[in-house]
Amino acid sequence: MTRFLTPWETGLLAVFLATLAMNASFAPEFLTVQNQINLFQLHIEKIIVALIMTLVIINAEIDLSVASIMGLSAALFGTLVNAGTPGGLAILICLAAGLLAGLVNALLVARVGIPSLVVTLAMLIGFRGLARVLVQDNSLGDFPQWFTDLGQKGLVGPIPLSMLIFVVTLVLLGVTLHRSGFGRQVIVIGTNAEVARFSGLNVARVKTVLFLLSALVSALCGLLYAARLGSVRGDTAVGFELDIITMVLLGGVSIFGGKGSMVGVLLSILIILNLRNGMGLMNITGHMQTGVIGILLIASVLLPNLLADFKTRRRKDA
Amino acid sequence: MTGLLSRVSPQTLRLLALALALLATILFFATQIEGYLSPRMFNRISTSAAVVLPLAVGQAIVIMTRNIDLSVGSIMGVVAYMAGQSLGALPEMHPVLAVLLCMAIGAGFGALNGLIIAFGRVPSIIVTLGTLALFRSFLVEWSDARTITTASLPQWLVNLPSASAFSIGDLDVRVTVVLALVACLVTGLALTFYRPARRFYAVGSNPDAAVMAGINARRVVLSAFIISGAFAGLSGFLFLAKFGNITVVAGLGFELKSIAAVVVGGVSILGGTGSMIGVLMGALLVDTIDNSLTRWAVVSEFWRDALLGGLIMAAVTLDTLASRQLTRLRKGGTE
Repeated sequence: MTRFLTPWETGLLAVFLATLAMNASFAPEFLTVQNQINLFQLHIEKIIVALIMTLVIINAEIDLSVASIMGLSAALFGTLVNAGTPGGLAILICLAAGLLAGLVNALLVARVGIPSLVVTLAMLIGFRGLARVLVQDNSLGDFPQWFTDLGQKGLVGPIPLSMLIFVVTLVLLGVTLHRSGFGRQVIVIGTNAEVARFSGLNVARVKTVLFLLSALVSALCGLLYAARLGSVRGDTAVGFELDIITMVLLGGVSIFGGKGSMVGVLLSILIILNLRNGMGLMNITGHMQTGVIGILLIASVLLPNLLADFKTRRRKDA
Repeated sequence: MTGLLSRVSPQTLRLLALALALLATILFFATQIEGYLSPRMFNRISTSAAVVLPLAVGQAIVIMTRNIDLSVGSIMGVVAYMAGQSLGALPEMHPVLAVLLCMAIGAGFGALNGLIIAFGRVPSIIVTLGTLALFRSFLVEWSDARTITTASLPQWLVNLPSASAFSIGDLDVRVTVVLALVACLVTGLALTFYRPARRFYAVGSNPDAAVMAGINARRVVLSAFIISGAFAGLSGFLFLAKFGNITVVAGLGFELKSIAAVVVGGVSILGGTGSMIGVLMGALLVDTIDNSLTRWAVVSEFWRDALLGGLIMAAVTLDTLASRQLTRLRKGGTE
């Protein structure tokens, strides 16, 4: 058992507490239960996808197509329901479509051997294109009442379904990553795929499972998003991949794979949510918030590098 | 067959396949759309491809060095807006100066990317994903919700898109097309004959070996991003000339189009290879499909993105499988 928190995570915790304190002093209603739930609710779909993205990136791959799969699944649901398909069946079809999308990614990455950056970038365009084909210029609403209720109202007391899914996914994926054989394989392959292959690990299978899971979770989150908004359009969830990847990388997960923890990602999610909430309280526009997230993304990798440079230089001088 | 295959280089084979694909696409749409092979359609496609081409040329250089520039669309938008603003304020500015100004602004943004990537050792995908958002939010703040309109632009710029440089028979070649072609040609010649430009290939095919050979890899990567930014600036100028009205969404999604052109054009995403003829054909193919679909009655234009994604995927998959097959054939041949 190593230390409880890595230096990076300790830093994140400090930043998180600072934002919390700042927000609380800015707006007294910040610390109410309802505001805390709202704060999660506003970005709940992204943070659930960030959890599975953590495993994908630790595996030294990337999935840029998540937001497009979210949009595709939402668009498919809207189309099916408006064509008279029962809601339950439509949900199943959307999840199946998500798996199919994941299968395409997985086959091209794990079997054909094309870099995931290229595959999922092409699919970012392709799956989004399919969503546009489905809903065109329209906005599809008229969802079943129970469906929008699931997205908008509390399921257990004030806690909505998506929040429960987040907690369950967090625990499941956290345990998988840090306490299971599969998680070990994910990390080992992420550290060095060649060595993993020569050690007899089925690299292609692990990658296939990850891309399938990533797409499935994205499809589910697309549905949650549709339920929360109550309507879908061709550009539903467009650009979410930026926020999602930022959450993961700020959490100390290495883009080169092999390193990272669920605790770190959870802390980074909390920071980003509170930061956005705080900026909202200070009347900073959504566009500026996205800009700040962009800076945060770069800084989360740049600062550790500069720090390391500084340390080596000091060691040389000494 | 094996003998022939081992004599033709994979690069040449790739270009041949691309040329055939382009020809097949044009012939296909010629049978589908009435009056397709007309000067009007030529203008439509050539001027539209001209906007993407410089972007793709810059992107190709970045990808050659094993990096990627996702921020080009945002840079292009910012430059188009700023150039429109400056030309509105200073209508007397010389056209050449205006183009250079656009490229300089773009180069500035590119330098920011390059510095963080090369000297901060942050992966290019992270940096440019960040600056993609950052430059766009900068534009939103900078513009203050105001739009650049054609009315505010000097007359020469408004007339530029319809000005022809020369004609081949019925086909008029627009000035903007010539500008983009020159950018592509000069880069292509430099990459072939100019020694320092060969360093982009060297760094991309093997960064460690390049460093050992005495190449300053960081500086090469930095210059790749500066060039990419400058070409994005040129695209921004062409965008401004073509559309005249510039809002904060100018250039949105163009990074994907540029990557599509580059990847379809046979530049390996793993770095080290690629040619400007390929990029030119890639940009033409992507834009031909794009523009033809909007005119094709059988398929709704909403299929454009879905097909674009499929096209990129098909190009990369074929490329990967074919080059693997080729290596296997070659090995078989020498044994």
